[in-house]
Amino acid sequence: MYADLINFFTTTWLGMALVMLAQCLAVTVPLLVAVAYMTYVDRKVWASIQLRRGPNVVGPFGLLQPFADGLKLVLKETIVPSSANGILFIIAPMIAFMTALVAWAVVPFDDGWVIADINVGILYLFAISSLGVYGIIIAGWASNSKYAFLGALRSAAQMVSYEVSIGFVLITVLLCVGSLNLSKVVLAQSGWFWNWFWLPLLPMFVIFFISALAETNRTPFDLPMSEAELVAGFHTEYSAMTFGLFFLGEYANMILLSALGAVLFLGGWQSPIPYAPFTLVPGVIWFALKIAFLLFIFSWTKGTLPRYRYDQLMRLGWKVFLPVSLGWVVLTAAVLTFGGWLPKP
Amino acid sequence: MILQALAFYVFAAITVASAAMVVVSRNPVYSVLFLILAFFNAAGLFLLIGAEFIAMILVIVYVGAVAVLFLFVVMMLDINLTELREGFLAYFPVGALIGAVLFAELLLGVGIIGSGSTTIAGLDMHGAQVMAVDNTRAIGRVLYTQYFYLFQVAGLVLLVAMIGAIVLTLRSRPGVRRQRAGDQINRTKEQAMTVVKVPTRGGV
Repeated sequence: MYADLINFFTTTWLGMALVMLAQCLAVTVPLLVAVAYMTYVDRKVWASIQLRRGPNVVGPFGLLQPFADGLKLVLKETIVPSSANGILFIIAPMIAFMTALVAWAVVPFDDGWVIADINVGILYLFAISSLGVYGIIIAGWASNSKYAFLGALRSAAQMVSYEVSIGFVLITVLLCVGSLNLSKVVLAQSGWFWNWFWLPLLPMFVIFFISALAETNRTPFDLPMSEAELVAGFHTEYSAMTFGLFFLGEYANMILLSALGAVLFLGGWQSPIPYAPFTLVPGVIWFALKIAFLLFIFSWTKGTLPRYRYDQLMRLGWKVFLPVSLGWVVLTAAVLTFGGWLPKP
Repeated sequence: MILQALAFYVFAAITVASAAMVVVSRNPVYSVLFLILAFFNAAGLFLLIGAEFIAMILVIVYVGAVAVLFLFVVMMLDINLTELREGFLAYFPVGALIGAVLFAELLLGVGIIGSGSTTIAGLDMHGAQVMAVDNTRAIGRVLYTQYFYLFQVAGLVLLVAMIGAIVLTLRSRPGVRRQRAGDQINRTKEQAMTVVKVPTRGGV
């Protein structure tokens, strides 16, 4: 009986397709719930910073607020401006949302819990995250509105600039690991929490986090949608669920970059102390806690810091982060080579 | 194998179709978007022959960076579409000739590889040894050792191109006030603020 079932799911086309579908749902559904509750947590954290209560009306402690917001967006009318480019206007939010979701295919949630355990996992993540800019730039152009276009241009320039330093951060990590596979990156950081890469590569961790803020267009780098100058930036003309997709995509991207930060620098699914009660906790919970920690810093930053000026943002990206990260790549390579700590292939 | 063949035909068909659309489409922004689609499907084709490293690099470099800048520039241009189409017939023979030459070279290249016992992997002296490890590692092993000078020359070419671009666009404009981050940070309270006693109805 069981043998038949196993046979059905591992050999037949239909069975394998069903397993694949189930895997996708097992990642996407919790992710979307996490996105919904991230908006709630964001608002609660900002409220606490500003000595307010935040959402507390819909449901107990306002816990149903994200669903009320989502329902409102779904029920509203999608308005396509008459001068907009119809097809691209609709495609743009789909691209923005989809690129934020497909990247999760290679993220390891626990030992072996990964949809596609490919050996160029880091490169795949980097490639997909560099595609996110298309949703934004197409949206800005297709809207045929000056605010949207200015927002899109700012966003494109900003994301391309900060991707360079993220690339160098990834290179330092993979120099220390000797593999592009994300599961191997996590396994290379086993042991106590000071063995995780955040400590030996602390400057890179800081650069990674700040670049992640810039990649996701969050404060202090939210110039593409700075409401004081550009109304809402690239999604000025969007309404209802088309706006909703941008919003979901932005939060999914934030969670993705936090997950990447947790995998690269905070030891992924590993427990901070490699002994019993801590190792008995499932790895996926440690992973979720690490993501939540990084997401809290995202909210905290947004609640605290003022917005950068655009020239300051470019200066930071090209004149500070690029040389520092490049120098750190050379330093790491030199230390690993001459210290004899190069990972064995 | 059927699934792979199916994937190949889908990727190949979309690559060719979108490459044709790059040339044919009336709006330059559409052209760039179709070019991106072509890059993407070409990456898919690379994946199918097991060259996952090149596929990812294609997406990162061309789709993620080069095409973004392309799109950036094309969107900023204020192009008159009818004007753009005018020279199409005049330039068509030249374009077709270049295309034909490239196609012939490609055929020649494929013919050389296909005729003898050499395969694409066989072109490398490490052949068998390389195929034993994944191709990211294989490229890494030969790129910085055996092909070190070629790699350096490629870097040098890029450096020259970069310096050329900077030289062409750099101009000194007199009378422009620049932001100096150091000066801004080093400003003290004494330099920035003065306390003024304002007489009533006198103004400052």
